[in-house]
Amino acid sequence: MKWSRAALAMVIAVPVIALLVRSMGNDPRIIRSTLVGRDAPPFELAVLESEVLQMQEGDTIRLSDYLGEVVVLNFWASWCGPCRIEHPALTAVADAYRARGVRFLGVLYQDQPESARRWLDQLGEVYPTVLDPASRVAIEYGVAGIPETYFIARDGRVAHKYFGPLSVDTLVTHLDALLAEPAPAAESMVGNP
Amino acid sequence: MTRELGYAAIAVAFTLALYGLVAAVAGVRRGRGDLVRSAELATYFNFGLLTVANLAMIHALVARDFSISYVAQVGSHATPLLITVISLWSALEGSILFWGWVLAGYTALAVYLNRVRISGSLVPYATAVMLGVGAFFYLLLLLPANPFQLVWPTPADGPGPNPLLQNHWLMAVHPPLLYLGYVGMTVPFAFAIGALLSGRLDETWIRATRRWTVVAWGFLSLAIMAGMWWSYEVLGWGGYWAWDPVENASFMPWLTATAFLHSIMVQERRGMLKVWNLSLVIATFLLTILGTFLTRSGIISSVHAFTQGTIGYYFLGFIAVVLAFSLAVLAGRSAELRAAGHLDAAASRETVFLVNNLLLTAFTFTVLLGTLFPLLADAVQGVQVSVGAPFFNRMTVPIMMALIFLMGVGPVLPWRRADPDELKRRFIVPAAAFMAVVAGSLIFGLRQPYTIVAFGFAAFALAANIGEFVAPALKRVRAHGEFILLALLRVVNANRRRYGGYVAHIGVLLMAAGIAASSTFKIERNVTLRQGEVLEFKGYRLRFDELWGREEPQRFVIGADIAISREGGSESILQPRLNLYGANQPITTPAVRSRPHEDVYVTLMAWSAEEGATPTVTIRAIVEPLLVWIWIGGLIVGLGALISLWPDRRRRRGAAQRPAGIADAEPVPVVVTGELAAAGASAGQVAVARERTRLGPESAGKGILP
Amino acid sequence: MIRASGRWLRRSPRSAPGALAILAALLMIASPVNAQAQAPEVVLDSVQEEQARALASELRCPVCQGMSIEDSPTELAVQMKNIIREQLAAGRSPDEVRQYFVDRYGQWVLLKPEASGFNLIVYVLPWAVLLGGGAVIVVGVRRWTRSAGGDDQPAASTPSGQ
Repeated sequence: MKWSRAALAMVIAVPVIALLVRSMGNDPRIIRSTLVGRDAPPFELAVLESEVLQMQEGDTIRLSDYLGEVVVLNFWASWCGPCRIEHPALTAVADAYRARGVRFLGVLYQDQPESARRWLDQLGEVYPTVLDPASRVAIEYGVAGIPETYFIARDGRVAHKYFGPLSVDTLVTHLDALLAEPAPAAESMVGNP
Repeated sequence: MTRELGYAAIAVAFTLALYGLVAAVAGVRRGRGDLVRSAELATYFNFGLLTVANLAMIHALVARDFSISYVAQVGSHATPLLITVISLWSALEGSILFWGWVLAGYTALAVYLNRVRISGSLVPYATAVMLGVGAFFYLLLLLPANPFQLVWPTPADGPGPNPLLQNHWLMAVHPPLLYLGYVGMTVPFAFAIGALLSGRLDETWIRATRRWTVVAWGFLSLAIMAGMWWSYEVLGWGGYWAWDPVENASFMPWLTATAFLHSIMVQERRGMLKVWNLSLVIATFLLTILGTFLTRSGIISSVHAFTQGTIGYYFLGFIAVVLAFSLAVLAGRSAELRAAGHLDAAASRETVFLVNNLLLTAFTFTVLLGTLFPLLADAVQGVQVSVGAPFFNRMTVPIMMALIFLMGVGPVLPWRRADPDELKRRFIVPAAAFMAVVAGSLIFGLRQPYTIVAFGFAAFALAANIGEFVAPALKRVRAHGEFILLALLRVVNANRRRYGGYVAHIGVLLMAAGIAASSTFKIERNVTLRQGEVLEFKGYRLRFDELWGREEPQRFVIGADIAISREGGSESILQPRLNLYGANQPITTPAVRSRPHEDVYVTLMAWSAEEGATPTVTIRAIVEPLLVWIWIGGLIVGLGALISLWPDRRRRRGAAQRPAGIADAEPVPVVVTGELAAAGASAGQVAVARERTRLGPESAGKGILP
Repeated sequence: MIRASGRWLRRSPRSAPGALAILAALLMIASPVNAQAQAPEVVLDSVQEEQARALASELRCPVCQGMSIEDSPTELAVQMKNIIREQLAAGRSPDEVRQYFVDRYGQWVLLKPEASGFNLIVYVLPWAVLLGGGAVIVVGVRRWTRSAGGDDQPAASTPSGQ
C-alpha cells in the first residue's frame, strides 16, 4: 500500500470521524418539531373537571379562544416523573404572567382523568387541563414523549417546542421574547373562524 | 477499602501497561531480551490486577456497598444474588471494567502461548500493541468511566440494574459472550500490526492468529445469536432482529471477520491478498471500537444505549490514533507486501472467495452507511431522518441471497482449477435439491419470490455442504466397510479446519431457513378475551383461564394463564407475564411454545380486573414457523467453530496436508530486525529459513491454542 | 433450553383475593396499554387492510426505540394505527396518510428515508460499492489468470486431500 493510498484512506476516514465528533452532544431523543413557524393546529377538547377553577364536566376549551394571547401548551400525565418536577415552575410562571396576557393550558396525555384529578389536587392547579383521550391532539402536534411544551405566539403560530421539564428561567426567557413581539393586527390573525 | 483496592489495581495496571509497551518496543529495537521478558511479565501481572479489580467490584456489589458509585448506580437490596453478580456488566462503567479483564486475560494468554513458539520481534510488537489498547481502556476506567468513585453521603439503597436485564437467563450469557468475541478481535489485530512492524510478513502472523480469530468469531456468533434469542423471548413482538444501531455494531465486525477467515485461505495457498487481509483485520478491530463508541457515546438512540458524557471523545480519539497509525504502518511496508498474484482459472474456489469477500464487505458498508446516515443527514442538511428495518431489509436481502448461494458453490469448487465434467457430477445433487424445493414451494402455494429463492438456495447449499461429508464417508464405507457414522467422524477428524467450516455453513443455512420461514409466514392476532373465552387461531385453541399477581422482592409480576391445545391434543398452560419494576415501564415476558415446525408466542398486552367484573386480558398471539431452527442453527455454528479449532493430534498428517501454497508463494523479502539483524544479513536469512521449518510441523501439531 | 411450554412457571402461587386487590390498585397506576384502545372499530376491506398493515410497518413509533407502529404495543402506536384505518376507510390514499404523519412528525417518522435528494446517497452508494468492487474483481481475476502462464497441469479435482 503506497503512501498515496494511505492518504486516500485517511481522506475518507477523516470526514467520518469528523461527523462523529460533530454528532457528540446530540440528544437522540429530541425530534425537532415540524410545526415551528406554522399555525398551531386547532382543537376543541373537553376540560378536566375542576372545582378550583370552576370548570364542570362537559365544558370545552378551544385553542381559538386564546387567540391574541401567548399560549403555553403543556402535554403531561400523572405517571410522568419529570412532569411532576416541572409543575411548580409552570404554576409559578402561570400566576405571574397571567396579567400580561399569557395563558397556560395543560393537555392530558394517555392517562385516566381520575389519576390526573388526584395528582392536581395534591400538587395544585392554577390553569385548566383538557382531556385528549385518543391522543388525536397529541398526534396533531407531533408529541413523541412527555413532558413537551409548545409556545404559541399571539398570532397563533407555533414559536417554539420544548422537550423535557421546564424551568422558570426557560419559561421566562421564551415568554418575554414572545410578549415583546408586536401585537398582530386583527386581519393577520389566524385561527378557527 | 474495596474501593481503594479496586482503583489502585487499575492505576497500577495502567502504569504497567505503559511500561510494558515501552519495554517491549525498546527491548526489540535494542536487542534487550530482558526488557522484552519484563513486558511479558507485565501482561501476566495486569491480568492479576484486573482480576483483583473485578473481584473487588463483585464483592462490593454483593455486599451492597453503596459508597461506591457503580454499586450506588446498579445495586439494590431487593435484587437477587445472581442478578447482583451479573450486574457487573449491566451499566457503562462496569462493562468497561469487565472489558478490561477480558482484554488482560486474552493479552496474557496470547503472550504466554506465543512467546517461545515465534521468535523475533513479532510477538514483542504484538505485545506492545495489546498493552497499548489495554492502557486505553484502563485510562477510561481511571478518568471518565470510573466505577470506584466515592459516594458521600452513602445512600441506603440503590435502584437496581436495568429491569430489561433482570428478566431472562440469557442476559447472564449474552454480554460475556459478546465481550469474549469483541475483545478477542484485539489479538489478531495486534499480531497484524506486529507483523507489519517486525517485517514478518509471511504466514507466521496468520497462523498464530487464525485460531484466535476463530475463537473470537465463534464467541461473537454465539453472542449475536444469544442477543437475538433474548430479544425474541423478552421484547414481546415476536421479532429477533431490528437493525438497531447496537445490533448492527456487533454484526459488522462479525461480517469482516467472516470475510477474513475466508480470504486468509487464499493468502495461505496463493500468497495473494496480503494487504487486503491486513486491512480486514484492522477494520474488524476498528469496527469493534466503533461499535463500543456508538453504544456509549449517546449520539444514537437505541435499546442498548448507555449514558452520554465525555467518554465518546476518548473513543473517537482512540479510533483516530489507531486508524492513522495502522495506515502509516501499512503504507510503510507497501514494498514488501506487493506480490504479483496468479490464479490458475477463473472457475476456482479462489474466485468464489474473492466474490464472498466482496459481498461481505459491501454488506458491512451498507450496514455502516445506514447506521450513520441519520447523523450525516442531520449534520449536512439539518433534517432528522430514520433508517430502520425496512431499509436494511430491502438493501441487504439480495446480498444475503447471493451469500447463501455461494455457500453451496465454494465447498464444491476445488482450488486452482475445476475440471468441467467433475464439476457437473458434483453439482447434480445440489441442483436437484434446488429445483425440488422451488417446485415444492410453488406447489404449496408460495408466491413470494424472495422466500422461494431463499429456500431454493438454502437447499442447494445444504445439499452441497452435506455432500462434502457424505461422499468421502461413503467411500470409506465402501473401502473399509466402516459403520457410516464412524466414517463420518473419521472424515471430519481428518481435516477439522475444513469440516468445521462446513458445519458452520450448515448452521448458517439453518438459521437462514428459519429466518426466511418465520418472517414470511408470521401470523399475528390481537384480541381481548374475557375469562373463559377462547381464541381459535391457526389450529390452536387459546383459552383465558385466570389472571393473577405475585409479589417478588424486586418486582411485581402480573400473569395470565392461557390454556393452549390443538385438535384432540392435550392442553398445556402458557403464562405470559408483565413484570413491574418500581416506577419503570413494565417489561413483558411472553410465553413461548417452541416446536420444531413452529413457535406459538403469546404476549400479555393489557388487563382489566375491576371489582366484581369478569377479568379481561388483551393478548397478542403469534405463530411463526421454523423459528426454533434459528437457535439450533446458531448453536451448530458454534459447534463448527469448535471443530475447526480442535488441534490436530497427528503431526505428520498435519505437515503433509499443509497446502503447497507456502512453497509456491513468491519469496517475500523479510526485513530483519533486532537480534537477527545483529547477526548479519546472510545469517539472518539462515535464521529465517530455520524459522520456517521450525514453524512447520510443530505449529500444525501442537496448535497455538490448547 | 428451549422452553417447551409455560409449564415451568406453574410453581407460581395462585392469586389470593389480596393479590387481586393489589392488582386493582396497580391498574390505577397504568396499564401499559389501554384495553379499550386495542380493538379497532373501523372495518376495512382486504385491500385496505393490507395497505394499513404495510403503512404501519413503514412508520416509526415515536415513543419506542426504532420499532414500527405495526409491531409496537404502546398506546400511541395503537392510536396512530387507528388513525390510519380511519383515513383509509374515509377514502384517503396510503400516500396521503403517510404525508399526514410526515407533516406532523417530520421525515423522522418514516423508517425508510424518502428516496430523493440527499437521501439517495444511502440507496445508491451500497450498489456503487458492490458494482465497483465487482469490476475490480473481474479485472483482477483476468489479470491473475493471464499471468499464470505456464501453470497448466490440471489440479486434482477431488477436494478431499486439499
